Amino acid sequence: MSKELIRLANCTMAFDGEVVLDNINLYINDKEFLTLLGPSGCGKTTTLRIIGGFQEPTSGDVFFDGVRINSIPPHKRAVNTVFQRYALFPHLNVFENIAFGLRIPKVDPETKQKVKLPEQEIHDRVMEMLQVVNLKGFEKRRITQLSGGQQQRVAIARALVNRPKVLLLDEPLGALDLKLRKDMQNELKRIQQSLGITFIYVTHDQEEALAMSDTVVVMDGGKIQQIGTPEDIYNEPKNAFVADFIGESNILDGIMRADGVVEIFNRKFQCLDKGFLPDEPVDVVIRPEDVDIVPEDQGQLKGTVTSVTFKGVHYDTIVDFYGFKWLIQTTDFCPVDSRIGIKIDPDGIHVMKKSQYSGMFGDYSSYSEEYDEIGDATLEPEEEEGERDEE
Amino acid sequence: MKNKLSWLAGPYVLWMTLVVIVPILLVVVYAFTASGETAADIGGFTLDNFSRMGTYTVIFARSFQLALVATLVCLLIGYPLAYVMAKEGPGFQRVAMVIIMLPMWVNFLLRTYAWMAILENNGILNNFFEAIGLFDLINGLFGTDISFFPMIRTQGAVVLGMVYNYLPFMVLPIYSVIIKLDHSLVEAARDLGASSAGVFRRVTLPLSLPGVLSGVTMVFVPSVSTFAISRMMGGNNQMLLGNLIEQQFLGGAYNPHLGSAIALVMMIIVVACMWIMNRFGEGEEQAVIL
Repeated sequence: MSKELIRLANCTMAFDGEVVLDNINLYINDKEFLTLLGPSGCGKTTTLRIIGGFQEPTSGDVFFDGVRINSIPPHKRAVNTVFQRYALFPHLNVFENIAFGLRIPKVDPETKQKVKLPEQEIHDRVMEMLQVVNLKGFEKRRITQLSGGQQQRVAIARALVNRPKVLLLDEPLGALDLKLRKDMQNELKRIQQSLGITFIYVTHDQEEALAMSDTVVVMDGGKIQQIGTPEDIYNEPKNAFVADFIGESNILDGIMRADGVVEIFNRKFQCLDKGFLPDEPVDVVIRPEDVDIVPEDQGQLKGTVTSVTFKGVHYDTIVDFYGFKWLIQTTDFCPVDSRIGIKIDPDGIHVMKKSQYSGMFGDYSSYSEEYDEIGDATLEPEEEEGERDEE
Repeated sequence: MKNKLSWLAGPYVLWMTLVVIVPILLVVVYAFTASGETAADIGGFTLDNFSRMGTYTVIFARSFQLALVATLVCLLIGYPLAYVMAKEGPGFQRVAMVIIMLPMWVNFLLRTYAWMAILENNGILNNFFEAIGLFDLINGLFGTDISFFPMIRTQGAVVLGMVYNYLPFMVLPIYSVIIKLDHSLVEAARDLGASSAGVFRRVTLPLSLPGVLSGVTMVFVPSVSTFAISRMMGGNNQMLLGNLIEQQFLGGAYNPHLGSAIALVMMIIVVACMWIMNRFGEGEEQAVIL
C-alpha cells in the first residue's frame, strides 16, 4: 500500500498502576481505513486518545510522518476527532459548529504570523462540507433540533472541514439505530475514499469493522491480538479470542497428528494447516457456515439436534456431539431431537496454537444467554476505560 | 389536575398567596391611592404618589449605580474563583466551598458591625495605618494634615458591604454551571485547534453565561433594595431606595402610600432589567435552563 503515516512503538499506558495498554506496536498507512476492534475496556479508545493527543503514553513513542509527537497537544496535530457522543457545541448552530476549527487563527509557517481565514473561504468550505455529509439547508439549525444521525454528520463535517491528514472516530455510530448505522457505514466509507483521508476507527461491533476496514486491529486486555485484513481476521484467526469475537465459531480441543491432519473427538480430519509440532495440542475453529449436514450414516461426526432457531436466511441449529454443543448455520431444517451427521471440508477447518484464551470460548451450551449478552451490549454505547486526563 | 399528587403543592400555594400575592396586591393598591383619615387608611385613587417620585431621582440613580458596581465587582472576583474551583480537584472544591459559605453562618448584623469596627475613622484599619506611620509619611510628603482615611459612610463602604454579603450568590451558580460542562466539549475544541485561552473564550465562557445571568440576578436584586448595609456602612450620606422606603413605613416621614409607590417603581425597573438580561442571554441559548 502507500507510505507509513503513524507509528506507535512499544506504547504502554497505565493509570494509577493499572495497565490499560501493554506494549502496543502498530503502524498506520496513509489513506488507510484502520479499525481498532475489541470489547469494552480493551484499550482501543486509549490508543485513539494517544494518537489524538489527549493522553500521553506512560512509556513508548508515537510518531507522525516520522516525527515523534508524544507531547504535542491536540490542537497542534494534523488529526481531528469525531467523539463518541459527538461533543457538538450546544451554543452554536450547525454552520458555526462546522466553522469552529476554521475560525481559529493559524500560524503561517513562513511568516510566523497568526492568520485568519477570510469569511468567504470559511463560508465556502463549510457549505462544501454540508454537501459532503448531505446536510445542505441545515446550516441555521440548532444542534438540539437535529436527530442523532444528523448530529453525527455535523460531527464528521466539523472534523473534516479542517482537512486533517487523519480522522479519528470513536464509536461514532454507537448511538444510532441499526438501519441508520448501516447507511452511515456506507456513507463513511464513501467519504473516506472520495477525500483520501486516513481513518482510524474505534468500534466494538465486529460486523462494522469487517464491512468498512482495510485493516482490522483486534485488541483485548490492553494487547493487540491480531492485525490483518478483514478476510485474514475472519478466516485465519490467531487465537480463540479473535475467533470468538469475530463472527460465530465452534472452538474445539484438537491434536495435530501431522501436517494437514488434525484429530478431534478421536477422529482424524483433513485440514490445510501445517507447521505444528507432532502431537501438539491445538485449538480448532470451525465456522458454523462451513459445516455440511448429511444423513447420519454418512457423517464424519454424528450428533443430536438440541435447538433450532429461524434466522431468516438460515437456521441456527445447535447440535450435541459427545457432550459438546456446536452451532451450525444451515438452510436445511432439522427438527429437534433428530440424529444427523456432518461433513467438514479441509478448508473449513482452521487450526490455532493454544493461548491464554483456550477453553474460554466456542462452546454453545449456553447459547441463548450469549445472545442476551450481545443484545445488551448493543443497547448502550460503551462507557470507556474511565480515566481522562484533565487539563 | 393531571397529577394525583398535585395537592401536595397545596400548602405552598396557600403560603404563596398569603405572603406573596396578597402583599403585592396591597402594595399596588396603596401606591395608587391617597391617605384616608389617617396615613394608613386607603383614600381615593390618585397618581400623586408617582408624580412626587421626581424628588428622589438621585436616590434611584445611586441605588442602581451602587448595586451595579457591587454586581460587577462580584462578577470580577466570583467568576475566576468559580472557574478555578470547578477545574480543581474535589479536595480544593470542599475547602473553597466552606470558606465561601463560612461568613454566611455568622449573623448578618454581627459581620456588618465587624466591618464598621474595621472601617471607622478610629477603627482597626486606621489605627493600623497610624501605627505603621503611614499618616505621618503622607503628611510629611504632601504637607497635608490627616489622621485617618475616611472609609466608613462612603459609597465604597456600601459597595464593600454588598460584595462581602452577596459574593457567594455569584460564585455558586457560576460554579455549578461550569462543573457540569461536558469535558468532551473542551476536548473537541482543543482537537479543532483552539488553545487553552481559545477554549475558554469560545466554549467555556459562552456556555457558562446562564450561571453568570443567575449570579448577576441574585446579587443585583438584593443589592438594589438593601437598607441595612447602606444604613450601617453608608450612614445618612448614602441613602438608598431601601432606606427611603423604610422611612415611609417606619420613619418620621410616615407615608405608606408613597412608600408603596416607590417600591412598585423599583420592582418594575428590576423586573425590566432582568427581562432584558434574559433576552440577551437567550441569544446565547441555554438561559432557559435556569
